[in-house]
Amino acid sequence: MRDETIKIAWKSVTKSFGRKTVLEGLDLVAYEGRSLVIIGGSGTGKSVTIKLALGLLRPDSGSVEIDGEAVEYGRENDPGVQQIGMLFQSGALFDSLSVWENVSFRLLHAEHVKKGEAKERAIAALDQVDLEADIADRRPAELSGGMQRRVALARAVVGKPNILFFDEPTTGLDPVTADLINQLIVRQVKTLGATAVTITHDMASMRAIADEVAMIRDGNILWHGDLEGVDSCENPTVCDFVAGRYSPEG
Amino acid sequence: MSLPNPFRATGRGVLALMRSAGAITLFAAAAVFAMVRPPYFLGQLLSQIWRIGFLSLPVVGLTAIFTGGALALNIYTGGSRFNAESFVPNIVALGIVRELGPVIAALMLAGRVSAGIAAEIGAMRATEQIDALHTLSTDPMRYLIAPRVLAGVLVLPILVAIANVIGVLGGFAVSTTSLGFDGAIYVQNTVDILTRWDVVSGLIKATVFGFLLTVMGCYHGYNAAGGAQGVGRATTNAVVGAAVLIFAANFLLTSWFV
Ligand SMILES: Nc1ncnc2c1ncn2[C@@H]1O[C@H](COP(=O)(O)OP(=O)(O)O)[C@@H](O)[C@H]1O
Ligand SMILES: [Mg+2]
Repeated sequence: MRDETIKIAWKSVTKSFGRKTVLEGLDLVAYEGRSLVIIGGSGTGKSVTIKLALGLLRPDSGSVEIDGEAVEYGRENDPGVQQIGMLFQSGALFDSLSVWENVSFRLLHAEHVKKGEAKERAIAALDQVDLEADIADRRPAELSGGMQRRVALARAVVGKPNILFFDEPTTGLDPVTADLINQLIVRQVKTLGATAVTITHDMASMRAIADEVAMIRDGNILWHGDLEGVDSCENPTVCDFVAGRYSPEG
Repeated sequence: MSLPNPFRATGRGVLALMRSAGAITLFAAAAVFAMVRPPYFLGQLLSQIWRIGFLSLPVVGLTAIFTGGALALNIYTGGSRFNAESFVPNIVALGIVRELGPVIAALMLAGRVSAGIAAEIGAMRATEQIDALHTLSTDPMRYLIAPRVLAGVLVLPILVAIANVIGVLGGFAVSTTSLGFDGAIYVQNTVDILTRWDVVSGLIKATVFGFLLTVMGCYHGYNAAGGAQGVGRATTNAVVGAAVLIFAANFLLTSWFV
């Protein structure tokens, strides 16, 4: 499609749960340093697509490759090989740990950074998502939904990852907080120069974040192109989806 | 021709049982593997020892003292039918140390610890916290499972040793206050009857029970699926599974030890 470096490649990935086939030979690439946004209806397998790239699910057939290396199922992310940051749909903050311990979890447990330094870095990361240092010692449950999402964002970016996944980062937030999250994501992706893959239902968010857009339907990529291609209505189904128009066969 | 339904249902049930027995065995092996290979999470281990061990002391102590007391009363009334009341201290000591101390403590912990672990880890599964561990370069088997199982194995013998002492004291209290036993003779009889193997075999049982009940909590929580309902199911299965395994293991170990 273009002569850029491919960072992540989904190669003919098939994935079923029981009798339900979610992905049917999905092919997709994410280019290095670019921001890819995946759109598609609920339950079409967007989260599954990301979880396959993280090794959290095992493909039935096909593979996902990062820098040409197949992702190994069940293997935790090795920061020595690849720094990956993931913002889960639900936030997935550890409710038994304080905010700063959440943010610096990987620093503390996988990179064996000293406590004092880890806390400083956590507070710096919180500052980058516009959160005050005084929440550092609180528990996630004591924070509002928008603040939790920002803490989760800080946790995803703290190790300066070169790959970032965001699963519905603005879902369930009010428009103002959603806009803040979008801006933070754009800023993080820019400053880190990372490859970003974002799932969203939020078209404002898509416009803010995307260099490229891919739409999943019926277990495969229906369309993948530049953000401009969405607006020039290259594919009518994508066009309908983005405009929020119900189409009977879609 | 298809099989009549009861057979088919039974067959399916047996197959499902064997499948989960296999899965639990593999999980237990992975937990042991995670325990012996670094990285170790010492902080997690210490906090689990605190939660599983220290915080279980009241419930274990209370059940032990009542069991010891009831045992003394039963042996006294039963023994008096053939003039064997004087055996109360001996049988209380043997019964508590070899059998009731380990089994009752483990059953209480199946209720308290297996359920708690299954609910906590199940909720972590449901809220993607276990997936988050993976992406944060941390193996959940090492961070979550190994410390709990190891804590169970280390703590159960200590809890049971304490339960043994308290259970025997319960029998002592009842015997000396309402059954007319002399305190000094009661203690002497208790000490005389118990062999080292009586105590050690009970503590070996406790170690095995500690492993089983934490593994059951971890396995069912780790594999919880289907939101809040799934967590509820995991908790129930953990407690029931742990209790059944404790009884089965108790029988096997007892027939091996005697
Ligand atoms: N771990 C799982 N077990 C069973 N079914 C799953 C699992 N994860 C996802 N699914 C199913 O796969 C389908 C796609 O899920 P998902 O990728 O989460 O959708 P979305 O595109 O909304 O993110 C859904 O129907 C969901 O029920
Ligand atoms: Mg999703």
